[in-house]
Amino acid sequence: MTHAAPAAVHHTSMGLDSRKMAFWAFIGSECLLFGSLISTYLIYKGKSVVGPYPHEILNIPFTSVSTFDLLMSSLMMVLALAAVQRGDMKWGKIWLFSTALLGMVFIGGQVIEFTEFVHKGLTLQTNLFGCTFFVLTGTHGAHVTVGVLWLLTLWVRALQGKLGPGNAMTVEITGLYWHFVDVVWIVIFTVVYLIQ
Amino acid sequence: MADPEVREQAHPTADVYLRVAAVLVILTVLEVGVFYVPAFHPVLVPVLLALSAIKFTLVVMFYMHLKADSKFFTFLFGAPLLLAVGVMVALMFLFYGTLTLRGAAGAG
Repeated sequence: MTHAAPAAVHHTSMGLDSRKMAFWAFIGSECLLFGSLISTYLIYKGKSVVGPYPHEILNIPFTSVSTFDLLMSSLMMVLALAAVQRGDMKWGKIWLFSTALLGMVFIGGQVIEFTEFVHKGLTLQTNLFGCTFFVLTGTHGAHVTVGVLWLLTLWVRALQGKLGPGNAMTVEITGLYWHFVDVVWIVIFTVVYLIQ
Repeated sequence: MADPEVREQAHPTADVYLRVAAVLVILTVLEVGVFYVPAFHPVLVPVLLALSAIKFTLVVMFYMHLKADSKFFTFLFGAPLLLAVGVMVALMFLFYGTLTLRGAAGAG
């Protein structure tokens, strides 16, 4: 199979790939976004005057499975990158699709969780917990959705033979985004779900 | 100057990735286990934060390759991260801390 010609590599004066440098700067800005959302959640923690309260509604076993799912998706992502870098596009496609699939499972779990909460009376307007919880986890869910679309795009390009070892940096940058989404969830799982 | 291709592509092997994944799963099981064991409740918050920090560091160092990549990427990620954590800690002190400006004025 022939692969597309590698994308032009632009190195900065420091000898680093400019796309990767820009993406790390973007991830840095995302740290500030999620930092502000997590801070807001913590500031209003325990200040709701009406229920439902976190300990009444959060389902730890269910969310633990979602956390495991996202951790495994990160493993699939690095295996996809390793496969693309060594030119093994068969496994590259399998791991890329697996990553996207696990991302979709996570989003599905979040949809089920949100629906259940709404049925139990927790909405954005119910109390401070509902407002800060839905904004924080919803923003994270939106990031996961973007990541899944990005992964599926790469997978389709791989199926078309337009993704090869020459485009490994594209896969690596996608991976950086995906792993960042994972580390944000590591923090949210602890701060929101386990420390009640 | 070092060859950028060498500097940016010295990534771990699949074996390392699998070991890191195993550690991440074990740490997640520990987190959930600690949550359900009443004996840990007095130290629940520091233990959970420590486990979470270890998981965060493992993913960033091995899966995001900061351990092998240029230190400048570590700076690009670490500086805003430290700023975010600093703001978070400052807000916690402002809203929950005992050493507030109002408290100090009241004491005086």
